[in-house]
Amino acid sequence: MTEARQERAPGDRPSREMHASAPSEFLVYTIGLVVAVLLTATSFWTANTTLLWPGGVFLGLAVLAIAQMGIHLVFFLHISSGPESTNNVLALAFGALIVFVVIAGTMWIVADMNINMMMPSGAPMSMQMQQ
Amino acid sequence: MNIAVAIDQIPQDALPNASEAGPAPKRIVVAYGFWIFLLSDIIMFAALFASYAVLVRSTAGGPTGAQLFNQTTVAIETVCLLVSSYTCGLMSLATNSRRYLRTYLGALITFALGVTFLSLEIREFSSMISIGAAPQRSAFLSAFFTLVGCHGLHVALGLIWLIVMMVQVAVFGFAARVEHRLLCFSLFWHALDIVWVGVFTVVYLMGVSS
Repeated sequence: MTEARQERAPGDRPSREMHASAPSEFLVYTIGLVVAVLLTATSFWTANTTLLWPGGVFLGLAVLAIAQMGIHLVFFLHISSGPESTNNVLALAFGALIVFVVIAGTMWIVADMNINMMMPSGAPMSMQMQQ
Repeated sequence: MNIAVAIDQIPQDALPNASEAGPAPKRIVVAYGFWIFLLSDIIMFAALFASYAVLVRSTAGGPTGAQLFNQTTVAIETVCLLVSSYTCGLMSLATNSRRYLRTYLGALITFALGVTFLSLEIREFSSMISIGAAPQRSAFLSAFFTLVGCHGLHVALGLIWLIVMMVQVAVFGFAARVEHRLLCFSLFWHALDIVWVGVFTVVYLMGVSS
């Protein structure tokens, strides 16, 4: 083992050489909690407000959720952009890619199939099933 | 210039890369492996989210999300899980500084909040089933119970794991292997909170606002 080696597990404490300049870990968790509570409260407000057009509510909720997931990753799971957690970030990026492909791909394909399942009346299959 | 000279000219103070520095400490290997597992678990949840998003309008004449969901319950559940994630973080700080009392206290609060979350969710499920909104009523409800129930099942398993970990701390103390398992537990618990952010946004808030 060499002293210069810096690797870090997800959710782990910072290494000693980083420790001097880093803010206290208690503070990190507390900041994370406060920001997450603010984002959650904003999400609930967004869902109930009449100020936004319907598409805006959807968009706002999606943005707030992604922001809150990021806050959780940084402040609770301690995923950082530093060289010591490159492996963790790469794994996370691959996971995020697969999640995106699964969700967006499924919705795209099924929406496409729904259009192709037009009934003689002209309404898509899903409309018929609701009646 | 031959190859040997070229190798000599590499600056010696460069950081050793991963292949030169030898194997990483076990703590890092264990947590990284568990991180990979968590990402695969999140991909499974992505499939459940995708099926929910596809089936959310297929109510088959049954009740819709807007008629079923109670935002107050969801808000309390969200706060419970968020604060339990925070206390779980404080518990891992106490573990790192090897303080027994704070570790037990953090675990106790985390456990209590997790049980509160789970009992609220079970109460919500049973009240939905009692008014006829059972999983077999419509495709929407099947997808809802699968997605939210799978998250609830993870929380229940996490609570059992937390009890086991506290027994291990009491029996073995802060041995290295117990510390590794506690690190994995806190990763698991934080990841469940991230999944819940997706659940309360996609299922509940988008459900009541559309």
